[in-house]
Amino acid sequence: MANLSSFASSLFWATFKRDLILAFRHKGDMVNPLVFFLIAITMIPLALGPEKAVLMRIAPGIIWVMALLATLLSLDSLFRSDFDDGSLEQLLIAPYPLALSVFAKILVHWLATGLPLTLMAPLLGVMLSLPANAFAALCYSLLLGTAAMSLIGAVGAALTVSLRKGGVLISLIVMPLYIPILIFGASAVQTAALGEAYNMQLAVLGAGLAIALLLAPLAAAGALRVSVNA
Amino acid sequence: MNWQWLHRLGSPRWFYEKTNAWLPWLMVCAWGLLLVGGIWGLGFAPEDAKQRNSYRILYIHAPVAFISMSCYYIMAISGAVGLIWKMKLPFMVMKAAAPIGLGLTIVVLATGSIWGKPTWGTWWEWDARLTSYLILSFLYLGVIALQQAFQNRDTADKASAILALVGTVNIPIIYKSVDWWYTLHQPATLKIVGKSTIDPSMLYPLFVMIVGFYVFFTLVLILHTRTEILRRESRSQWVKDLVLGKSNTKGEGAES
Repeated sequence: MANLSSFASSLFWATFKRDLILAFRHKGDMVNPLVFFLIAITMIPLALGPEKAVLMRIAPGIIWVMALLATLLSLDSLFRSDFDDGSLEQLLIAPYPLALSVFAKILVHWLATGLPLTLMAPLLGVMLSLPANAFAALCYSLLLGTAAMSLIGAVGAALTVSLRKGGVLISLIVMPLYIPILIFGASAVQTAALGEAYNMQLAVLGAGLAIALLLAPLAAAGALRVSVNA
Repeated sequence: MNWQWLHRLGSPRWFYEKTNAWLPWLMVCAWGLLLVGGIWGLGFAPEDAKQRNSYRILYIHAPVAFISMSCYYIMAISGAVGLIWKMKLPFMVMKAAAPIGLGLTIVVLATGSIWGKPTWGTWWEWDARLTSYLILSFLYLGVIALQQAFQNRDTADKASAILALVGTVNIPIIYKSVDWWYTLHQPATLKIVGKSTIDPSMLYPLFVMIVGFYVFFTLVLILHTRTEILRRESRSQWVKDLVLGKSNTKGEGAES
């Protein structure tokens, strides 16, 4: 039993390390969602006009929607390269729990996209003249929300990994599942901008993250077994 | 325990032949109930004091809203049964249920916005219930799109079953969050006729309509499943006999 659990943890860390190295070697995959985030946010004042009052009002929602879209764009690469070079199949036939290595992959995906998005969001908040008391809420809500979005999105990425044109399809099947996260995340920032307490929204986001942590790796592993063996 | 009945139920041929006898009964019941309920509700139920005659769209809106929700669960449960017991028939039911469910949500949204025009003054209101049904239609669209994206039928079935199950976990969460979002943004000033305030004379035809629509839904689901059975089993001997041998008009009608 001890032997098995040590095997499992070494499998987890081996996958984690390998994926982290790969993520840092393919900097484009990491940077592109961030650049998308920046450019898409820039479009908003250009389309709506630069009035501070308007921007301040819509900043929480816009930043959250754009962060959601940037996460969606990055999902396709989650299992894609492993599927193309065959290492995903090796993980599938390995005698270890697949959910564990999938979880390691999701963790790396979040470290490579969700965390940078969260760190970049305050900068975009300044550009959209977000009220000063909303910055902490923006970071906390994105920290929890992007992690939950990486986990839920992994199920969609796993289902579509064997398809050539998976990109748009992922967005189609994952976006409805993101709605609760978007509602509570954007609401946390909006409430904070009004100067009120936003603990409740963060607690709900945390609860969502906990459920996703529990179920999403299992669902993604099951989805991989179905879609890769095609 | 004897599981034979379950496996016989899972046989497409058994299902196809058994439902031959059910179809006329279902058809008579569905049309009878819908006609009685429709005429009763639209013609004889009393007029609403505030909404005048416009409330009568309730007799279509509410039953379809119920069914479009339960249709998602039927789809997800049959997908789960197919995944667990590895049977063919449940996947066919699942595939047949998805477009029906999408159609039902579209009817809910259309009747809802038609009802909204005289009562709320707009075609579209970001009401919690309308928004929830819009999202439900997105979930159906996702399942249909995933089903159609795969070349391999087995993979398509299993993948969309998993997606339907993930959606099932999410539906209560989505509904609660949309409810919360709605109460946060708009105090509940707009109210449709509440359950408790509805008069029995308006309620009885509604019951008839609900039962009628459920029977109708069962009929449509069975017809679509039969079509799917013929399509998938088209190489098997019994389907060839059915189509080529005796002139079974029902079989040919369902196939087209």
